Amino acid sequence: MKVLLAGNEAIARGAWEGGVRVASGYPGTPSTEILEALAQYEGVTAEWAPNEKVALDVALGAAYAGARAMAVMKHVGLNVAADSFFAASMTGIEAGLVIVSADDPGMHSSQNEQDNRRYCKFARVPCLEPSDSQEAKDLVPVALALSEAFDTPVLLRPTTRIAHSSTLVELGERQPPREVPEYRIDAAKYVMVPANARRRHPVIEERIARVAAWAETFPYNRTEWRDRSLGIVTCGVAYQYAREVFPEASILRLGMTYPIPKGLVRRFAEGVRRLLVLEELDPFLEEEIRLLGIPVTGKEVFPACGELDPAVVREAAIRAGLLPESERLPSVEVPSPPLPGRPPILCPGCPHRAVFHVLRKLKVVVAGDIGCYTLAYLPPQAALHTCSCMGASIGVAHGIAQAGSPQRRVAVIGDSTFLHTGLPGLMNLAYNQARVPVIILDNCTTAMTGHQDHPGTGRTLQGKETVRIDLAAVARSLGIEHVECVDSYDLGAVEQAVRAALSADGPAVVIARRECALLPAVRRTWQPLAVDSERCNGCGLCLQLGCPALVRTGSVVEATGRPRVRIDPLLCTGCEVCSQVCARGAIPRRPAH
Amino acid sequence: MSGYDFLLVGVGGQGTLLASDVLAATGVRAGLDVKQSEVHGMAQRGGSVTSHVRWAHRVFSPLIGRGEAGYMVAFEKLEAVRFAGYLRPGAVIVVNDHAIPPISVSAGSDRYPSDVEVRRALAAVSANVHFVRALPIAESLGEVRANNMVLLGALSRFVDVDLDCWLAAIAGRVPARTLDVNRAAFLAGRQALSDAEHADRSPHCLGRISDGTAR
Repeated sequence: MKVLLAGNEAIARGAWEGGVRVASGYPGTPSTEILEALAQYEGVTAEWAPNEKVALDVALGAAYAGARAMAVMKHVGLNVAADSFFAASMTGIEAGLVIVSADDPGMHSSQNEQDNRRYCKFARVPCLEPSDSQEAKDLVPVALALSEAFDTPVLLRPTTRIAHSSTLVELGERQPPREVPEYRIDAAKYVMVPANARRRHPVIEERIARVAAWAETFPYNRTEWRDRSLGIVTCGVAYQYAREVFPEASILRLGMTYPIPKGLVRRFAEGVRRLLVLEELDPFLEEEIRLLGIPVTGKEVFPACGELDPAVVREAAIRAGLLPESERLPSVEVPSPPLPGRPPILCPGCPHRAVFHVLRKLKVVVAGDIGCYTLAYLPPQAALHTCSCMGASIGVAHGIAQAGSPQRRVAVIGDSTFLHTGLPGLMNLAYNQARVPVIILDNCTTAMTGHQDHPGTGRTLQGKETVRIDLAAVARSLGIEHVECVDSYDLGAVEQAVRAALSADGPAVVIARRECALLPAVRRTWQPLAVDSERCNGCGLCLQLGCPALVRTGSVVEATGRPRVRIDPLLCTGCEVCSQVCARGAIPRRPAH
Repeated sequence: MSGYDFLLVGVGGQGTLLASDVLAATGVRAGLDVKQSEVHGMAQRGGSVTSHVRWAHRVFSPLIGRGEAGYMVAFEKLEAVRFAGYLRPGAVIVVNDHAIPPISVSAGSDRYPSDVEVRRALAAVSANVHFVRALPIAESLGEVRANNMVLLGALSRFVDVDLDCWLAAIAGRVPARTLDVNRAAFLAGRQALSDAEHADRSPHCLGRISDGTAR
C-alpha cells in the first residue's frame, strides 16, 4: 500500500528506516518539516540546535561515536555550518552521517538561490539528489550506507519542489540501529592539527575518486534509452520536467550529481546525436561534463535563475529549436485591470508592528535581520533598512556606528535569530563599546518557519520541559550594562525604552517581549475591537500601522471628507496597538484596562 | 483518462491546503498516480496560496505550468483572476463568490476589480465558469471554515470519480469531530451547483454572482 508523503516527511521516514539515532538541525524553509516529522518516531533523538553549525557538530559527534546521524538545514544554513562541513569531510566518521541541505530555487523563502552542489565539489563530499518522495525516502538509507562504506559524510540535496510536493511512497521497515560501541580513540584521524590534516588530504582525494568509480554502477544513476536523436542528462525534479516535455528523448538521470560517473556519461553521450543537460540553477553537471571534453548544451537554452516548471522548460526548448513551434500551448490573454498584489505582511496582532511604529516615528536607521519582522521594510511602515543574513543586524549596526554615520541607528533581531548568530555580535558590541541600541524582538518562538522551539522557549523539539535562556541576563553577562525589558504592545513603554537606549553612552539592549499572536495559547485570547464610527474622523493615522484588520470603509466623514475606518472582526486579535495610535479615542480598549 | 490538472488558489488561512490534501487523497482512492505541490511564500497568514494537484495513470511533474491547468478552484475572486493565465482554454473554473481585499485596497491605495472585470477576465479563458457562494452555505451548516469542502463539492460535479472516493478522502483527512459538517458541506456544494444549473440554464451560471464587490 503506497501512501502520499511530502518530500520532507519522506526524508524523515528514510532516516528512521535507515536506523538514524541522532538528528539535529535549525528550522529553515524548505527543510523545517523534516526534523519535525522525525521527532515523532520512536528511537530517534531529534533536536533543534541554536544554529546549523552546532547542529552539524552534534550530528558529527554522534557519527564519531558510532551512531547513524543526520543534520538538517536549508541551503544557506550550510554557509553557517560550512566550517564543520569541511571538517567532517577531512575526518570522516565511524557511523553514517547524512547532511540534508534543502536548496530553494525560485527563492520562495530565501535571500539567495545558491546551488549547494558546489559545496560538495569544494569539500569532496558525495551529493545525492532525489526526484520524488519515494527517492527522498530511499536515498537516506543509501546515503548512510555510502557514508560508512567510504568513510565520508554524504549530502542529500532536496529542493523546495521535492520538499513540499507529495507523491506516492512505498514504505519500508526500520533497519535495527547499530549498537553504539565503546568510543574508539583515533587522534590521527579525528584531531585535525596540521600534521594529521596533511596526511588526511590525500586520503579524501583518493576517497572521492573511489566514490566516482563506484558511481558507475550506482543504481540511482539510470540510463533510459528511447529515441537516440536527443539525450538529456538530468537530476532532481528536473528529471520529471524532462520526462514530461521530452517524452521521446533518451535520459541519463543522475541520483548522484557529485562525483559524476564519467564512463556512464561518456557512453550515454556516444549513444545520442545531441546531448542536453536539464538542471535547475547552476550549470553544475554541464561543467562537469564539459571537463570530460564532451560537447553539451545546457544553460544557453534553460535559465540559470529561478525555478523550472514544465512550461518554462517547454518554452525554452521551443525558442532554442529543440521542439517545434506546434508544441507551444495555446496562450490566453486575460483581460484585467492591474491587480493589487498580496505580499506577505505582518499578521494582525503581530507584536513587532508596534515596535516598528516607534522606530519609524524616531526616524532611526534600522539594521534588520531574518524573521517575520523583515517584512516591516514594506510600506506603510517601511521601518527596516538592511537585511543580509542570519545574525547580521548587530554587526551591521555596529559598523554603521563606527563609520561615523551622523544618523542614529539601531539593530533589530528576533529571539531565535539572536540565539542563532546574534550572540557574538552583541559580545563584540560590548567589547568594543559601539553606541548601538539592540532591540531584541522576543515573540517567544521561531515564528516565520511555523513556531519552532529554541533555547529561549523552555521546551525541546520532542516536547520536554527544559531550561529557558534569560535574554536579559545573557545580555548583561556579555557586558551590556543598559538592559531594559518592555511589553511590545505598550507603545509608550517601547518609545521610552528606545529613547533611553539611544541616549545611553554605550551599547544598550531593549528586549521587546510579547508572544506571537498566532501561538495556539494566544489565539484563544483573541477579542476583536471595534471602531466607534461617531468618533472616527477618517484621519488614517491607524492605517500607518499596516494592520490587515483595519479597513477603509465607503462611509465618508462629512467634516473632513475622508473615509471612516472599520475593523474586520475576523482578523482583529484585539492587541490594542491601534487604540493607542488613534488620537481621537475612536478605538476603545477593552474594559479590563 | 488523460489526467486531471487542478489548480487551487486562495489566501492563507482559507483552508486551501486541506482542500488540496483531500483532492490528492481522492485521486489515490480512485487508483491513480497523484502528485501534489504547495506553493507558498513567506506569509503565515494573508498571502496568496496556491496548490497544484495532478492525477493521471502516471504523473511526472508535480507542478502545472502556465496554460496547462484544466481545473481551477479559486477560494477568492481576485486570486482567480491572478492565476487565470495558468488555465488552458475551456478549463473548469469554480470560484468562491467571496472577496478578501488585500491591504493596499483596504488602505485605499489600490482598487479591487469589480465583479464585471472578474467575469470578463475569466470568460476570456473559459465559458465553464461557476460561482459558488460557499461561505453562506458553510455558515448555514454551522461551520464557516467548511467553505473549502463546499467548493470541492462543486468541483466534484466535473470530475469523473465515484462519490465514495471523495467521502472516504474527506474522512481520512479532516479531524474526526468535524467530519459530519465537512461531509455535509461537500454534499451541499455538489448540490448547490446542480440547483444553480437547473435554475439558470445559461452555461456559465454567471447570473448568480452576488452584487457588490468587497465585503
